[in-house]
Amino acid sequence: MSTGRKLSYSLAINEALKQLMEIDKSVFILGQGVKSPWYVGNTCRDLIELYGEDRVIDTPISENAMTGAAVGASIAGMKAIIIHPRLDFALYAFDPIINQAANWSYMSGGRSSAPVVFWMVINRGGEQAAQHSQALHSIFAHIPGLKVVAPSNAYDAKGLFIAAVNDKNPVVFIDDRWLYNRECIVPEEMYEIPIGKGKIIKEGNDMTVVSSSFLVSESEKCLSILSSEGIDIELIDLRTLKPFDEDLIIKSVKKTGKLIIVDGSWKTNSISAEIAASVYEKLFGYLKAPIQRVNLPDTPAPASRSLESVYYITAETIINAIKKIV
Amino acid sequence: MEFKFKMEYSKDILLGLYQTMVRIRLAEESLVEAIKSGEIKTPAHLYSGEEAIATGICTNLTKEDYIFGNHRSHGHYLAKGGDMGAMIAEIYCKETGCSKGRGGSMHLIDPENGIMGIVPIVAGTISLAMGASLASSIRKDNRITVSFFGDGATGEGVLYESMNFAALKKLPIIFACENNLYSTHLPIKEIRVNENISESAMPFGIQCYRIDGNDVLQVYEIFKKAKQICLEGNGPVFIEFLTYRLRGHVGPDDNIQGTHTDIRPKWEIEEWLRKDPIKRLELYIYKQNLATEVEIENIRYLVNLEVKKATDLALSSNFPNPSELEHYVYR
Ligand SMILES: Cc1ncc(C[n+]2csc(CCOP(=O)(O)OP(=O)(O)O)c2C)c(N)n1
Ligand SMILES: [Mg+2]
Repeated sequence: MSTGRKLSYSLAINEALKQLMEIDKSVFILGQGVKSPWYVGNTCRDLIELYGEDRVIDTPISENAMTGAAVGASIAGMKAIIIHPRLDFALYAFDPIINQAANWSYMSGGRSSAPVVFWMVINRGGEQAAQHSQALHSIFAHIPGLKVVAPSNAYDAKGLFIAAVNDKNPVVFIDDRWLYNRECIVPEEMYEIPIGKGKIIKEGNDMTVVSSSFLVSESEKCLSILSSEGIDIELIDLRTLKPFDEDLIIKSVKKTGKLIIVDGSWKTNSISAEIAASVYEKLFGYLKAPIQRVNLPDTPAPASRSLESVYYITAETIINAIKKIV
Repeated sequence: MEFKFKMEYSKDILLGLYQTMVRIRLAEESLVEAIKSGEIKTPAHLYSGEEAIATGICTNLTKEDYIFGNHRSHGHYLAKGGDMGAMIAEIYCKETGCSKGRGGSMHLIDPENGIMGIVPIVAGTISLAMGASLASSIRKDNRITVSFFGDGATGEGVLYESMNFAALKKLPIIFACENNLYSTHLPIKEIRVNENISESAMPFGIQCYRIDGNDVLQVYEIFKKAKQICLEGNGPVFIEFLTYRLRGHVGPDDNIQGTHTDIRPKWEIEEWLRKDPIKRLELYIYKQNLATEVEIENIRYLVNLEVKKATDLALSSNFPNPSELEHYVYR
């Protein structure tokens, strides 16, 4: 493994795309803005120059048909990646994602499947308000037949992207625009991060914090603050939301007896509710305190900065939840 | 469809059209510095250059008629009678805004004035507009509905589904496509084979027109006729307005990763600058000797005062109280 090379999150995805397209001619990408940094940052940099407009397709504003096209191409043997530069736009494409791709393998008795990647970017803040800010990953995690991944850093982004493209099933790749400039060490060679496996970011004994995507870094900020107060936290990065790594969480909570789930979606029926329920089902007797959940309030995204500042989750919100059950 | 007209206009009508266009232009341009300084953060898609369309259309509408808009709808809102102070305050995301600071530039509303919904999901309001016209047709209330959308929205299937149903039920709706030749970074030739959008309505049996959207008098005339068609029960009507934005896709210019540029060719921008709808009407008014320079200056002066008052309201208003974050989720 090469060491030391730092790469930003968005360029890590760019590298994954280049390597995938280089070794496998069946990989192609389509979606809105693949040739415009306006939409996709530098995640798709140089792709057209390297692989041509046949395999790197900027599209009209037609989310439903373009997503269906990706699903159909994947059924026909391609490894299709459809990008929705804003998750909200993908709502036009519920049918191809949920009715079609998710059910395809089961409906066909396993004789066919749709190995497509639905790449959706959460892009919020900046007073963009209700239709341009939604974090709807929990909805996709509700659907049998879909896998949902949500990297928190550049290293995971590359590995999960490659795993998603190589998976034989439809995978929703949840991306967060707030991560794009974050850097970390990313190996140059291709590698996969296994879908369904979480990661312990820091071991600890007092309580378990399960976090994902952008909020992993907010959760990490709490670690040093709380350790100075003598609170020793075990922090888990989910990496995959469906199927989430239940074994890892169970093992950790068995040890700590306390659980806080940090999740950037609305509270009601969110992935945090699912994790809490499964821990209650399996570990009721081990729990030393009620499970705490840190979610968005059940409110659409507001515009005004004064409301955004209380709406979005920060390290402070997380610390407050932790302190409730210290 | 071929469309020709020759009309005489009263001074009142011409100056009214002029004033509305100037209100839109000066309100939009008043935002530029505040966007650049970061005081306005909400993504603001300026309507400068396209004023003739909203103006020519909405001058023909009553307060009861309905409009629905998109991300670039400040002009629609003002022309339909929305309060400028409430709009500017909304763009500054203040509690006094028309959506109480919850919506920002892209979510404007004023039901009392028939401004039924302005939201940024591309083509998202086309079927809603069609539904509002369905309500009118069930109630036989003689309202008409205008659905404003851009050339980019023609990529969405819901447009065609809505046209089909509206034609089937002869709904009183006018599909107003503002073709400014670009959808974000894509020129129209990269999103469709036939650059003539109005022809898309033909297979549905919808009367369709394609006109110069920078000529407010043409817009005014064609729309009057379209409205008549709808009121006689022969709707819907589809009108494509050819136009051009004088500003960036979002904000004053196209800011791509910190680089302020315009992706459009210089010669094209200059060509369209010469077709500025406000200058064109001004020239026409002078040519017809209908108003003096002093009268025109006075209109601008008064509009400037209105813009200043609106901005003062916005600046002096409070941001929404954080304790009221969860207000209005339900009513
Ligand atoms: C469903 C959906 N997809 C994509 C976008 C992103 N988007 C915002 S404006 C725009 C272009 C719209 O172009 P057009 O309809 O021509 O309107 P214009 O901006 O030119 O006035 C796009 C793609 C969106 N808001 N909604
Ligand atoms: Mg356009």
